[in-house]
Amino acid sequence: MRLTGAQALIKSLEMQQVETIFGLPGGAILPVYDPLLDSSIRHILVRHEQGAGHAAEGYAHVTGRPGVAMVTSGPGATNIVTPLMDAMMDSIPLVVVSGQVATGSIGTDAFQETAITSITMGITKHNWLVTDAADIPRVVAEAFHVATTGRPGPVLIDVPKDISNATMDWYWPSADDLDLPGFHPVTEGDPALVRRAAELILGAQRPVIYAGGGILKARAAQALRALAERTGIPVVTTLMARGAFPDSHPLNLGMPGMHGNYTAVTAMQQADLLLALGSRFDDRVTGRISAFAPGAKVVHVDIDPAELGKVRRPDVAIAGDCRVVIEELLTALDQLGLDGEGVAAPSSPAAQRPDSAPWIAQVRQWQQEHPLRYRQEEGGPLKPQFVVEALRDMTPDDTIVAAGVGQHQMWASQYWRFDHPYTWVNSGGAGTMGFAVPAAIGAKVGRPGSMVWAIDGDGCFQMTAQELVTATAERIPVKIAILNNAYLGMVRQWQELFYEERYSEVYLSPDLPDYVKWAEAMGCVGMRVETPEDVAPAIDKANAIDDRPVVIDFRTDAFEKVYPMVPAGASNDDIIEGPAEGEGGR
Amino acid sequence: MSASTTSRHHILSVLVENKAGVLARVASLFSRRGYNIFSLAVAPTDDERFSRITIVVDVESAPLEQIVQQLDKLVNVVSISELAPERAIERELLLATVEAGPEQRVEVAALAGIFHGTVIDVASDRVTVAVTGTPDALDGVEDLLSPFGIVELQRTGRVALPKLGSRRRLQPVADRAG
Repeated sequence: MRLTGAQALIKSLEMQQVETIFGLPGGAILPVYDPLLDSSIRHILVRHEQGAGHAAEGYAHVTGRPGVAMVTSGPGATNIVTPLMDAMMDSIPLVVVSGQVATGSIGTDAFQETAITSITMGITKHNWLVTDAADIPRVVAEAFHVATTGRPGPVLIDVPKDISNATMDWYWPSADDLDLPGFHPVTEGDPALVRRAAELILGAQRPVIYAGGGILKARAAQALRALAERTGIPVVTTLMARGAFPDSHPLNLGMPGMHGNYTAVTAMQQADLLLALGSRFDDRVTGRISAFAPGAKVVHVDIDPAELGKVRRPDVAIAGDCRVVIEELLTALDQLGLDGEGVAAPSSPAAQRPDSAPWIAQVRQWQQEHPLRYRQEEGGPLKPQFVVEALRDMTPDDTIVAAGVGQHQMWASQYWRFDHPYTWVNSGGAGTMGFAVPAAIGAKVGRPGSMVWAIDGDGCFQMTAQELVTATAERIPVKIAILNNAYLGMVRQWQELFYEERYSEVYLSPDLPDYVKWAEAMGCVGMRVETPEDVAPAIDKANAIDDRPVVIDFRTDAFEKVYPMVPAGASNDDIIEGPAEGEGGR
Repeated sequence: MSASTTSRHHILSVLVENKAGVLARVASLFSRRGYNIFSLAVAPTDDERFSRITIVVDVESAPLEQIVQQLDKLVNVVSISELAPERAIERELLLATVEAGPEQRVEVAALAGIFHGTVIDVASDRVTVAVTGTPDALDGVEDLLSPFGIVELQRTGRVALPKLGSRRRLQPVADRAG
């Protein structure tokens, strides 16, 4: 069967079971948009290519399947650079197809030419410039394989216009036809190391499981729960792992890090064993690295061998898939005499295990003495945490929450109760403002049966809000809660605390733009909430709307800050819990 | 290469796919992660699908293990072997054009001869010599040639193989094909 390169590309995407492409056409990608008309694949026309990338990420977050975006050359391609970087940082499988000028024009500064494979070299797992139409099916198959195998991540396929127009004989490659001699990720852990890790678990007095986003990537939430319950070890879930272990589980200590719970942060500092599973000792988790968990031995499990020892030298380093290795650990614990119920066989190594009761009691005491706190005064300004709690309590418990980056993101992570995996969609490593709206759209496309709320900041919302036009046009009923404090709030918080309240370029105004009118102009329902009493009725109304997007402009207290907080570069021992009772927000 | 760098350099022999842009991927990795390179040489192998990049890395800029693991993540990198400097035969080629009239010409030729080098081009006031040697020896050649007046000088960066009789050959440190 003779096909054009463009037809082969679309057919290859169909072969990969792609259902949805987020994209925006242009000159160099024009040939590929033609066969798309005849394809079963749904194309969602975004209003900016960055929106296509983040929507594809949101789709991948909630489905575990690669998100696909398509853009044209030059500015189309550079506009999706931020999502590629974001996906690289957070290990999101993403396949981006970009148009390129014709091969004969490459290198001549042709109209809308840019060397996107060079630009994205460091922010993709791999990228390809296709130079022969006959390569298209193989390259697409390789791209999906690389994006989804081992540590997931973004890839880019750059397709010159003449290659799309050329013809080729259709084929679909088998696994053996893939030309990837250097790509063989390890999934199984070394048995001797797994056994050593199991022995450390049984010998520890103050162990903590430090669960990262790798748990979700490995579909290991069930396995993690089995491990925690069998061993009785408390779990902290990083920003990327919220939902990987239920927040309502008694062993869950919440989020560690710069704005983590006191108990999660302190338990890690005091631990004698950290079981790091799919986490990467990010600086936002560790604080000053030399002072991080000083007394802890470290077992580090990660599918990416380069993470082992990158930041903290582990005592036991296991390269492997988190789900596979946790299952191997459970088997090793069995062999050491710790059964499925967590009961030790008499005179087995497990029977020598130190009593965990003092450690658990210590953790419970911290939880009791150091809860998250804020106060919603009657008649006082609306607190952002109050809005998040109201949303949490008034939505189904498998609601998907997307966030941008900043104070609102931290409050969402702190105050939501994540009891299901793949319900939290956020930009962790990259910290990409403007992520929430397009990511929520992608999430809703991936999981149309779930309610999707974006909790966004006013600064973030202004960066990508135009994608709500996409949402209205494509009938994707997402709901957006803007925590509008009229500031770039997190920057304001740092200027207040560390720059002697010298506020430099952080004021945005609560009224400019008028978010309700803006929402309405984009075909959404717009509402404004200024008092605590009006919060619940507005959420009720929003929850009842299922035929278009909803935007609620919550006018929140600009003085409220995110606590607890470990200042940048400080030790996690120096966690600040916030102003003392009665001192107020200031 | 001065003696002080010898202790902190390691030689990585990296087998890569012979595809467009692979050297850029390797160089870009070193640059974005802040790893220092003392020298780098690329050569074809007997299998046209692959090339070999010999990189001398500064292990003070990052732990060797981390450099190897990050390199190994590049999809086009097939395998990586490490060569400890004390177990390696290293050679580098130096080409130098120096100012030498008829009287100095013999002197320059003799000097090159001491290092088993040769004169490969001559003009009325200049000669070009080629010398192969260890990086340290070539540092010496450079010093000895400079009084004549060096017009142009180029060095290739080193290539290396394991010493015969050393028990271990190239030590594979990352081999995904295996």
